Amino acid sequence: MIEARALSKYYGRTKAVDGLTFEVRPGIVTGFLGPNGAGKSTTMRLIMGLDEPSSGTVLVNGRRYAALRRPLHEVGAVLETGALHGGRSAYNHLLCLAQSNGIGRGRVAEVLELVGLTEVARRRAGAFSLGMRQRLGLAAALLGDPPVLLCDEPVNGLDPEGILWIRTLLRRLAAEGRTVFVSSHLMSEMALTADHLIVVGRGRLVADASTTEIIDRASTKSVVVRTPARGRLREALRAAGADVQSEPDALIVRGLAQESVGDLAARHGIAIHELHTRQPSLEEAFMKLTQDSVDFRTELVGAR
Amino acid sequence: MTATLAARPPAPTIGFPNLLRSELTKLRSVRSTWWTAVFAALATIAVSVIICVQWRSNLLSGKDSLDGFDATLTSLNGLYLAQIAAGTLGVLVMSSEYGTGMIRATMAAVPQRRAVLAAKGVVFAGCTLLVGELLSFAGFAIGQAILSGAHASASLTDADALRATVGGGLYLTAVGLLGFGLGALIRHTAGALSAFFGILFASTVVVDLLPTSWRNALIDYMPANAGSQILTTVPTHSALGPWAGLGVLCGYAAAAIAVATVLITRRDV
Repeated sequence: MIEARALSKYYGRTKAVDGLTFEVRPGIVTGFLGPNGAGKSTTMRLIMGLDEPSSGTVLVNGRRYAALRRPLHEVGAVLETGALHGGRSAYNHLLCLAQSNGIGRGRVAEVLELVGLTEVARRRAGAFSLGMRQRLGLAAALLGDPPVLLCDEPVNGLDPEGILWIRTLLRRLAAEGRTVFVSSHLMSEMALTADHLIVVGRGRLVADASTTEIIDRASTKSVVVRTPARGRLREALRAAGADVQSEPDALIVRGLAQESVGDLAARHGIAIHELHTRQPSLEEAFMKLTQDSVDFRTELVGAR
Repeated sequence: MTATLAARPPAPTIGFPNLLRSELTKLRSVRSTWWTAVFAALATIAVSVIICVQWRSNLLSGKDSLDGFDATLTSLNGLYLAQIAAGTLGVLVMSSEYGTGMIRATMAAVPQRRAVLAAKGVVFAGCTLLVGELLSFAGFAIGQAILSGAHASASLTDADALRATVGGGLYLTAVGLLGFGLGALIRHTAGALSAFFGILFASTVVVDLLPTSWRNALIDYMPANAGSQILTTVPTHSALGPWAGLGVLCGYAAAAIAVATVLITRRDV
């Protein structure tokens, strides 16, 4: 369980995190979604006690991070892929972290096996690909078999196979009853991985609801219509109260269902060459969500 | 599975021995440690051999006299080169963690930042002292073997020679800790190295340029001048004795470490 209360972090006059209040619950994967620069990494660092909040609090398992007795047994974190010394072997990287929390060499071998790095454990981590570094980061996070897992952009730099692997692993860890908090700037990835989403934009909370709810609310359907009489149809649609945009060979209609657009065209005797409804992509939905952050804040915050 | 997660026994706190073990693993598992140790060893031995051979030939040919000759200090001259390695490694112990981002993993695993700093300092100082003493005694032994050819050698049965040779390892450790403190304080390798060389070497040059009365009042208290008094067995012009001089050098290191200790909990990682 992670609880943030009015959490804020200012760097000079820049508000990196601005009054975030949210809870991350155990047993599900919670996505932390926002465009780059929205304050996700800063929030992660505040949770980990690496940065001091300017105001507000964040608790992990009911305590401040600094008050955790053996942090690796309570929280595992996959921070940025750079959080290791490139000159050290994967094995020694994990060993020094394990030793600091009194974890034995046997567990180091276990987590190396778990992430599939046993073969290359003695190689310098600096020579690893981005994907191997992500795996090493995950191995470090799992050293203490922690009930809380934080992952900052874990799929960055992974190939499709790696993405599938990490998605499966995160879902399995959550199913075991752990709290899993994963940040990403990719809505499509979060839609597949996360059960619940906390969406941020410019350091502020945009949405806090289940993934399906957020996708439904953020997705406004539109109707695509192709006609030789563009001008006349556009006038007719606007007269009926629809929002119409012109694309090179079609009109994009919002605010009227597909059937209504067809009926309207028939009444005006306008020929239709094509008529279909378009579902926005998840990325479009996400863009809209974070761009119009003010509108959605009032609607979705606390909606769960 | 929820039950197994909840059933974990209450964890004991992180003990300082765990931190020492962790930091020792870190120190031995990067190449820079071994490179600096090799450099320090080569520097100590090579300089001792070169200078002592020179002195032996000058003494034998009568070009130099034994008047005021410090056989112990002569054989320990290589430590002045080795101190660059000790200080550089000291800087890297902290600055490389900040430079690589490893510090975030370190501080996440152990939020007690001052304990981390202390463990790093103890492990680094212990290893430097061990290597420093080995090098100092090796430099002394090799140098004296060469100088004995001119019947000019010192012996460890002489209290001052023993103090100076033991002091050689202490001197390297103190210089290393100055680098360590600066690395922890400045956190950037290049900046910390510049500060280290500035304080250890450039300070003496700058003070030398001051008006004579100021220069004379300050020069003995510059870190390198003060600390190296521990290596002498023949009285020098310094206002500081061997132990007082080493104490002043330790003071510089302690000041840097103290400021770093205060700041480490106040700054974001």
